[in-house]
Amino acid sequence: MADQRAKSVLLDIRNLRIEATVFPPGEPPKNIVLVHDVSLTLEKGKVLGLIGESGAGKSTIGLASMGYGRGGVRITGGEVILNGRDILKGGKEGFRKLRGREVCYVAQSAAAAFNPAHRLMDQVVEATLLHGTATRAAAEKRAVALFKKLSLPNPESIGERFPHQVSGGQLQRVMTAMALCSEPDLIVFDEPTTALDVTTQIDVLAAIKDAIRDTHVAALYITHDLAVVAQVSDEIMVLRHGRLVEWGGTRQIIKEPRQEYTNALVSVHEIEHQEQKPGTTPFLSVKNITAAYGRSHIKVLKNVSVDIYPGQTLAVVGESGSGKSTLARAITGLLPPEEGTVTFDGRPLANRLADRPKEDLRQLQMIYQMADVAMNPRQTVGTIIGRPLEFYFGLRGRQRDARVAELLDKIEMGKGFIDRYPAELSGGQKQRVCIARSLAAKPKLIICDEVTSALDPLVANGILKLLLELQKEENVAYLFITHDLATVKSIADSIAVMYRGEVVRYGAKSQVLAPPFDAYTDLLLSSVPEMEIGWLEKAIKGRRMASAGN
Amino acid sequence: MSSPIMKLVAQRIALGILLLLAVSVLIFAGTQILPGDVAQAILGQSATPESLANLREQLGLNDPAFIRYFRWLGGVVTGDLGTAMSSGQDIAASMKGRLWNTLFLAFWAAVVAVPLAIVLGLIAVRYRNGWVDKLISGLALASTSFPEFFIGYVLVYFFAVKYQIFPGISTVYDGMPFGERMQAIMLPAAALTLVVLAHMMRMTRAAILNVMQSAYVETAELKGLSAFAVIRRHAFPNAIAPIINVVMLNLAYLIVGVVVVEVIFVYPGMGQYLVDHVTKRDVPVVQAVGLIFAAVYISLNIIADIAAIVANPRLRHPK
Repeated sequence: MADQRAKSVLLDIRNLRIEATVFPPGEPPKNIVLVHDVSLTLEKGKVLGLIGESGAGKSTIGLASMGYGRGGVRITGGEVILNGRDILKGGKEGFRKLRGREVCYVAQSAAAAFNPAHRLMDQVVEATLLHGTATRAAAEKRAVALFKKLSLPNPESIGERFPHQVSGGQLQRVMTAMALCSEPDLIVFDEPTTALDVTTQIDVLAAIKDAIRDTHVAALYITHDLAVVAQVSDEIMVLRHGRLVEWGGTRQIIKEPRQEYTNALVSVHEIEHQEQKPGTTPFLSVKNITAAYGRSHIKVLKNVSVDIYPGQTLAVVGESGSGKSTLARAITGLLPPEEGTVTFDGRPLANRLADRPKEDLRQLQMIYQMADVAMNPRQTVGTIIGRPLEFYFGLRGRQRDARVAELLDKIEMGKGFIDRYPAELSGGQKQRVCIARSLAAKPKLIICDEVTSALDPLVANGILKLLLELQKEENVAYLFITHDLATVKSIADSIAVMYRGEVVRYGAKSQVLAPPFDAYTDLLLSSVPEMEIGWLEKAIKGRRMASAGN
Repeated sequence: MSSPIMKLVAQRIALGILLLLAVSVLIFAGTQILPGDVAQAILGQSATPESLANLREQLGLNDPAFIRYFRWLGGVVTGDLGTAMSSGQDIAASMKGRLWNTLFLAFWAAVVAVPLAIVLGLIAVRYRNGWVDKLISGLALASTSFPEFFIGYVLVYFFAVKYQIFPGISTVYDGMPFGERMQAIMLPAAALTLVVLAHMMRMTRAAILNVMQSAYVETAELKGLSAFAVIRRHAFPNAIAPIINVVMLNLAYLIVGVVVVEVIFVYPGMGQYLVDHVTKRDVPVVQAVGLIFAAVYISLNIIADIAAIVANPRLRHPK
């Protein structure tokens, strides 16, 4: 039995150790270990999911199976045995022969991973031609067959297009075809659906799964989303800080996790928030807003109306391009609407940011998705949080410092962080500092634009919990913009679903999330991966039935 | 060619013409501010007020400035650049041969310098941060840092005086055989090449290195392409726009900025022509040469802009 397994093993990684040199600001360079003694085996035709938060080392391990290290990353120990030979002993020449032939890579953002200067077909067949495994005609024929298998539109002619002429979801499929084209033994999928909208993700996921099954290729499937990996993999390996946490069959990992950390990953998103009944009068009303960028006549917002009540959360949910961030820009005055009004405390707000008095500015604060670019890297945390205190309240010196310390306590960080720079904080801490900065103005409304999207699930959970607690203490309202329905479920009081610039569904959370649904909300809700084996097939089947019924 | 490209190109050309008009106004105004006028200059110190007035009447100098400007501009557009004061010769006729000489020198300097700079840039990227890269960068920077006249005289010292391979004075004349002409321009062309090389090479290196960070370069590496193939096929095509820009700037310099080199090698080109007539305070010639230089500069930059537009696949193949 053991012998049989040994024969069918494709990839055998033994005691892999990966290091990198980092250059912390103001300190001498130092060596850090990214992966500590990780071992794994993968049989031919099987899919192993590598899961963990950022910094867990999953991409690093995936790339190590191709002998590749990003930036200054070095493999300093262990063996990577592929098809029975240690690839680390092959040198540069050996790596080149292996890459694109035995192992192929599918990147997170196909939009960035395709060269904008070349046609898709030339890039898809490039590796095959390079390694001389097929003639150009044969390779192109194979590519077209793969485009068909991955249900790309116009499979015969899509290869003639340039990357910018194809949508993100389609590019991700073309990239999968590119990886499959040279008929490799192993494909490394590195978060292949993470950058996609949820309704696109489900189709791409299904296409990838079918392609893996039909071509009998083995795969390392890297993701931070356990629900996604549960759909495609046979086994799952949980990693944390470059160390193996747990490795087992997919069913065992999601149903009976043995490690506490795995359990935390499985049960993430279990924040309970009791929906509050809307008060009698909203303090902020958006009435029939229409907006466009520049002089274009394409309306990004069409006749949008929503109300926000004191101390409550309105979640605005939708895919990229649905106009949710534009709504925030219209409310804050960054993008003056062409029609419609924003009423605050019973009086209209000036359309343009520049025309608003300081007091109105203070009442509306924003937190952004990218905390690290929303802070001046050359200012300390104390300066960053202290700035609105000076600007709005004229606090100086000791008074100001005391209030900064108080705010740091509120975000559960403490005044030890006052002299730190943003670069010295983790992603979650940076977002907390941004929250403190917005709270410093004592606003009535904080607009949160995808504030947890760039964070790992557990860290994001912490931020959501903090936001809910602060809401109770400070009675601040949130306009919470997100594409993530699970987040919406956990924190919203009311929900607005946006699609192509319009609010297609709006109301209290319990109403919006209860049937009967409109077509788009139904599609959106049914596309959110659930941590359940076989969910993908069920969801796709449900969709086909729905579209057959139409 | 699709319509968005045509529109952008037409825009650039229109802008260029507008800019050239603006420059012509500046050149004209600049020469008007100088004390004295053409009549004074022609007749010299001993002129009587009567003869001055007569000549001014004759030359139309009493007309308002804008009329004189349009008269001058009208002449320029029809190919009449006026008459040189110092010699009384037609400027357009005497400039023709010199412009040709300057273009000839610039062309051969560019033929060597541009490919050399780009290839050196590619090599520097391939062996980045290694000794090859440092050597290339160091030598290129050193050659740029020395002033042109220094490089020129060093070349003359070694190749003309000590070993006598090439002439130290680059005399060319009409009907000179091509081979001899090439030999004559060898040293000035070498000096020019050394001056412009580093700028283009450094820019090529920087533009490609910038692109080397992108995800599609990683994709190419993960396909098993060799380092050179990655640079040539995947990085270079996307770095082309900034490279064309710097190449065009340097081509413009080869034509407009050759003054010093031409004077050193006594090469009968535009630069020498300009310097001669500046010393003679021959305003019409200075105006004409200034305008030609501006036109060259602007057209090369328009070409760079257009090339960058055409190099962009998003514009070439719209959705």
